[in-house]
This record gives sequence, C-alpha cells and structure tokens, in this order.
Amino acid sequence: MTDALVRLEGVSKTYASPAGPVTAVQDLSLDVIQGEILGVIGYSGAGKSTLVRLINALELPTTGRVFVGDDELTALPEKRRRAVRREIGMIFQQFNLFNSRTVAGNVGYPLKLAGVKQPERDRRIARLLDFVGLLDRAHAYPDQLSGGQKQRVGIARALATDPKLLLADEATSALDPETTADVLALLKKVNRELGVTIVVITHEMDAIRAIADRVAVMDGGRLAELGNVYDVFASPSTPTVARFVATVLRDRPSAETLQRLRASHAGRLVTVKVPDRRGFAGLLASTLAEHGVSGEIVYGGISELQEKPIGSLTYELIGSDAATDAALAALRVNGVVVAEEDAE
Amino acid sequence: MTDLITDLPTFYGAIWQTLVMVLVALIVAGVIGLGIGILLYATAPGRLLENRTANLVTNVVVNIVRPVPFIIFIVAIEPLTVRVLGTYLGVQGAAFAISLGAAFAVSRIVEQNLVAVDPGVVEAARSMGASPARIIFTVLIPEGLGPLILGYTFVYVALVDMSAQAGAVGGGGLGDFAIQYGLNRFNYPIIYVTVAVIIVIVQLGQFFGNWLARRVMRR
Repeated sequence: MTDALVRLEGVSKTYASPAGPVTAVQDLSLDVIQGEILGVIGYSGAGKSTLVRLINALELPTTGRVFVGDDELTALPEKRRRAVRREIGMIFQQFNLFNSRTVAGNVGYPLKLAGVKQPERDRRIARLLDFVGLLDRAHAYPDQLSGGQKQRVGIARALATDPKLLLADEATSALDPETTADVLALLKKVNRELGVTIVVITHEMDAIRAIADRVAVMDGGRLAELGNVYDVFASPSTPTVARFVATVLRDRPSAETLQRLRASHAGRLVTVKVPDRRGFAGLLASTLAEHGVSGEIVYGGISELQEKPIGSLTYELIGSDAATDAALAALRVNGVVVAEEDAE
Repeated sequence: MTDLITDLPTFYGAIWQTLVMVLVALIVAGVIGLGIGILLYATAPGRLLENRTANLVTNVVVNIVRPVPFIIFIVAIEPLTVRVLGTYLGVQGAAFAISLGAAFAVSRIVEQNLVAVDPGVVEAARSMGASPARIIFTVLIPEGLGPLILGYTFVYVALVDMSAQAGAVGGGGLGDFAIQYGLNRFNYPIIYVTVAVIIVIVQLGQFFGNWLARRVMRR
C-alpha cells in the first residue's frame, strides 16, 4: 500500500444508454505504483478510457473505491475532488488545447487555476516550454502547430502544476510513427527526470513496449492481465493478450503462414521461445545432434524488450518420431520452452 | 421630397430613436440571453451542471416565448411594461419589449454556439480542476467567441427589424416614422429614404460584426 500512488478497489462503472445499461468497467482492482509507467492496453470499448477517467474522478464509479495518494476520491465532495485533480496532469488523443489561447496561455491556464501569480507564472511557463522544446513557439496559437508540437504543449500544460501523476489517454494515437516515438521519448523523460508516475492508455502495443514498466491488459471491462511488460510479452496468459503481443513481436507464424509452411516442409514444426540467457543456440544444436535430429529455422524473430531478448523461432525438425520426441523432452528438461505447432 | 426636408429634425430623431432601441436591446437582451443560453447548455444531460428539471423548465419557457409573433408579443406584455416602466409607449417601452423578446432568441443562439465548442477542451479544463463557472467563462465563451459574435451580429439585424415593428405600435423610431410620414400620407419617397437608412444601419453593423469575429478567430 505504501508505494501505491493510485488504488482502485473493486471498481465498476455502468452507463445508462438507450439500449440499456452498458458496463464499461467491471469489478476492477488495480494499483499504480509510485514512479512507474503503467501501460493500459485494450481494444476500443474495452473500458480503458473510462478507467483513466475514474482515476481523476472525471467519472465516478458505480461501485468501488478510488484512492489517489491519501485521498479517497469516491468519498470526497466535488469541490475537494477538484483540488485533487489539480495535482493530476492529463493529456489527450486530440490534444484538447484551447484554440483561443497561445501556447504560453495554454500552459499558463492551470497555473492561473492554482493561483500562481506573475512573474512566477511566466517563469514557470518558460521553464516548461523549454523542457518540451517549444520555447520559441510560446506566442504561437495551437492551429499553427503540428500534431507533435500540440502534444508537447499538452504535456507542458499537464505538467504545469508539478503533478505526481500524469494520465495519458491515447496520447500518441493521432500521431505518425516518428512523432509518436518523439512523444513517447518525452514521456519517458518526464518519468525518469521528474519522477512523475504515468498511466498510459493505448491500443498500440508498440507504445507499451517502448516506455511501460508494467502493463495492464483490459478486455470487456475487466483486467485480463497485469504484470511486468517483459513477463506479459514473454508468456501472455490469455488469447487477447497473445493477440496484442503478436502485433508487436510478429515472431509467431499466423495460421495461414503455418499452413503454407506445412505444405512445403515435411518435418515436424516446433516453436521455441528465445530465453533470456546465453548458450541457448548451442544447447539446441547439440541436443538435436545427440538424438540424430536435424533442425532448420523456417520462421521467427528476436527483438529486445527492457534490454532483454524476446521472441521465438519456429523449426522444422527432421528425424524419426521417437528421436524427435526424445530431443524435445531433453530440451524441456533443460528449461527450453518449446511447443509443437499442432497438425490439423 | 419637400415633406422630408421640412420633417428633417423628426427624421434625424427617428434614426436616433432606432439606434437607441437597438443598442439598448442588444446589450440587455445580449446579457439576459447569454445567461439563459448558458443555462440551456450547461444543464443539459452530460454537461457541466446537468440538471433535468432546470433544463426542462428553461426549454419550455424559451419555447413558449419564441414562436409568438413579435408584434403580438409587444402588445401582450404591455401590462408588464407599464408595471416596470410606468408606460408602454415610446423608445423606453419599445426597448423593454424588444430586449425581453430578443433575449429568448439570443439564448438559443448562445446555446447553439456553446454546443459547437469541442467538448474535449471542457474535459481538459475539468481535468485541471477548474470549476464549472470558471470553465464557462474562461474556456467555453472564449473558445466559442468568434461564432458568438457572428450570432450577436445576426441578432443585431433582427433587432433593427423588431424596432421597426415596435414603431408600428407606438414605439417611435424609423418604423414609426415610415408609417406616419410615409405610408399614412402616401409619401413613398419617405418610405424609400427610411428603408435606405435602415439598410445602411444593418450593413454597418454586419460589416463590423464580421470584422470583429475575424479578428477574434485570427483566420
């Protein structure tokens, strides 16, 4: 409890709609740990946007309790909740900048709300714009900026009151890949240099992979999985999670690819998970040789995640069935995660 | 034309009366309409001050007043005008009636323009901990100001029209002048000159409104 900055306890949110009540979030419990970047991923409609709005009480849960720091938001009157919101920054997919205000005016708005007077306000605006690399655009209006610049202003504005927590709601989904990488790098800098805890809502696993420490996977309003990003990527526990992981790693053959591989390869197809340890390739080669089985890589990919290798390789194994079974058993004994691609 | 020259002081007076009626009504109806418009916007479902009852009552009241033809509205509220001002006649009485009638039209225009403001900026302001009143006056109105100015310009033109109708029932101004000195004496040149002046008043207001809106929107 001590290191949880945000705590959701059995939170559910049900909306009334013309078609009857819709449950966006269902009995969800989750801690956001002080100092981490927590990624929340899910398909659209999985309840992630509702989840993030429960954290700063823009939405109130139908049941359950929400804590931020020592405050129980669900028990506070609205006026006190506003004070808590001032301590939480938020950035948005569509940036939501005030078009009637300049860049400096946008960043200064939360400072005015917090009662920061001139010239302190101008000093802080300059420092924030310098941090996001937009000091020279202070007097520009939002419609004169590119998407990436707008999001930088959004980030500067969200950080204006030195919040402990930053909520990013699909903050890179409207940006091109290059700008996305820039904004993600900036968020990482916010986390590492300013110590701001960040909750990143996204449907892009790439964003999670780039910056998150832990990932929560949402499916149908529920928490499908929560864990360290590497662990979740390395061994996804549900089909939804596996599908998300596959969008990034692209190391597993799709059903169609597998069918093609089978048609052109007579041997048995097995997929070996690349472990985070040295000597894996040598072990594989010697074990196969010992059993008189030959192997050929037909598919796969290895990349890096949190500075550790991750991925899998699909082999065609040629040898007698008995020898192949023995080789696979020997590999498993040595801790290699290997799965046979089921024959139809 | 000779009549117009002899009646010139009356004519100038009528122009002045029209301008006074229109400007007073623009300010009074503008402020009252802004308030009712904000109420219509903010009390609707899902908005800052969501309140079913307040929203329903406001809507019903606005809908009762708006369809009443203005010339009938002036006469219908005469008792109220008398109670408030002591008379229903003249520029005073007309300005009162116009202000009240126009306020409800303004409220719909304000509501429409606030609805058009991106809800995302309202959410952003909420996420910063701004109060509803603060959001209305420092986010919603500034963000919708350009279209609001164009809306108010539209109202200004409507007010010129309303002031002429008020003239027909004893309100004074150019409408009154055109009827008394033009229509009733079959003096068509007077009607045409009056109409020309009204057109100029409308044009000037419209150009000024367009210019101001453009400046505010900087586009």
